[in-house]
Amino acid sequence: MSVALTVEFLGGLDAIFQNQRKHKVTLDEASGKEALKLRDLITYITNNMIENENDIPVFIQDGTVRPGILTLVNDTDWELCDEEEYVLENGDVISFTSTLHGG
Amino acid sequence: MITTTTEEIFQLKKQIEELKTENAQLKKTNAEVQNEKALPLSISEYSRYGRQMICDVTNGVKGQLKLKNSKVLFIGAGGLACPALAYLAGAGVGTIGIVDDDVVENSNLHRQILHSSAKVGMLKCESAREFLTSLNPHIKIVTHPVRLSNDNAFEIFAKYDIILDCTDTPITRYLVSDVAVNLGKMVVSASGVQTEGQLCILNFKNIGPCYRCFYPTPPPPHAVSSCSAGGVIGPCIGLVGVMMAIETMKIILDVYTIENFKPFLLQYNGFPEQSLRNFKMRGRQAKCQSCGDTKTIDRTAIESGKINYFAFCGSKNYNVVSPEERMTVHEFETKYWNNNKKPRDSYVLLDVRPTHHYEISHLANTHNIALKDLQNLKGDMTKLQSKIKSISETSEVVVMCRHGNESRTATRLLKDEFGVANTKDVIGGFFKYVDEINPQLPKY
Repeated sequence: MSVALTVEFLGGLDAIFQNQRKHKVTLDEASGKEALKLRDLITYITNNMIENENDIPVFIQDGTVRPGILTLVNDTDWELCDEEEYVLENGDVISFTSTLHGG
Repeated sequence: MITTTTEEIFQLKKQIEELKTENAQLKKTNAEVQNEKALPLSISEYSRYGRQMICDVTNGVKGQLKLKNSKVLFIGAGGLACPALAYLAGAGVGTIGIVDDDVVENSNLHRQILHSSAKVGMLKCESAREFLTSLNPHIKIVTHPVRLSNDNAFEIFAKYDIILDCTDTPITRYLVSDVAVNLGKMVVSASGVQTEGQLCILNFKNIGPCYRCFYPTPPPPHAVSSCSAGGVIGPCIGLVGVMMAIETMKIILDVYTIENFKPFLLQYNGFPEQSLRNFKMRGRQAKCQSCGDTKTIDRTAIESGKINYFAFCGSKNYNVVSPEERMTVHEFETKYWNNNKKPRDSYVLLDVRPTHHYEISHLANTHNIALKDLQNLKGDMTKLQSKIKSISETSEVVVMCRHGNESRTATRLLKDEFGVANTKDVIGGFFKYVDEINPQLPKY
């Protein structure tokens, strides 16, 4: 089993993903393992999608998405859908957006 | 004896008719005056707001009176606030307050459209007042030329119904939200940098989420970028400001109700394609320290300074070099730069600003490696030499950046990781050099 996802990096986060806002990602499920969760995607992004390891703290802090980044599952705050425990489905759009502060 | 002639009778009759007409006219005028006195808006206001009153979403005069009776406070009079101020003043919001202690700068004018070249140096809140008063004489503009702080926020907020957060740091954003929650005020909060913007409504009728519900932990200071550091496209931030005005009107006109309001975050992006996303957001958080069930952030805690927003949000630590490792722009000018006091090939002048900054303006014959790229070399001298042939551990290196912050980090890096012992930082950077030594160079 695998899930095909669209992953977006908004609010300037694309700077650490080759300046590309939208990415297609396919995650493969390890055999015998339980369903793929949002946590697995975050690990995948950290290990495979951030080219420069100096940039990892821009995305991750204390083992999870760093404060100041909102995570959205199909345009809905992940807080409303089990956060890291959310079970990924084919076609999901997962967005990470950095909070902006300028005015 | 009857002496009246036919002619006299005719004249008297004519006079009576004229008086009757005059009397009717006076009665009519008097009725109109009485009528206008009874009108909720002046005749001039009817025509001014007519085009919006005939939109059924405003509910006509009823909605116009809601706008007239509303009191809206702007925190900031910059890129977000300018268009929002203009539209809300134009729409007839009766009382508008503006908190801002900054003065207009040349670098504001591309996006802060209430100000103008002639107003450079003037307080932004006063410049905005001038513009808005001339736009709409029927409204009241109150200026607060102070910096919002723990001490003054409650007193200022108390006089208003809705707070528009148009500020530029998380420090103020947490303060605005906390004070608004404590006073039961709604906040329309927006932000933007480069081509993107975000907008949300906080503490909606004391049931909606607040800023801390969304962001219980502040971002690390290195992740925070302002318009002056990160850059901003005028119409992109302007569009977000216009959207703030729309959301504020919807709150005042009771388009949002306790029943229909759903927390959201609008995310706008201008380049390369324009897009506006509407994210469905979490509601009020029971564990929120500001608005939750066991909240700890009350008026006393804020006003006493127990809640320290600067400590909470932290700040970038650039203090990594000692005074001996630095020189002033004057020392740099007299000992190095001016008339080639020190031969140019006897030291390396390294500018660590991002390349797109460097390309706008820089000193001649300097090297440019952005701090981020320098960090990516991980102290590898061979890699550094592929970028600057003449450099080695024994070189003398002078480091410069925009304001003298990143150059300190770079100085530390060159000394400790690349082993270039004779590295010095220029205090205040390229901009300080322009200000104090050569104002003919462009600053941006």
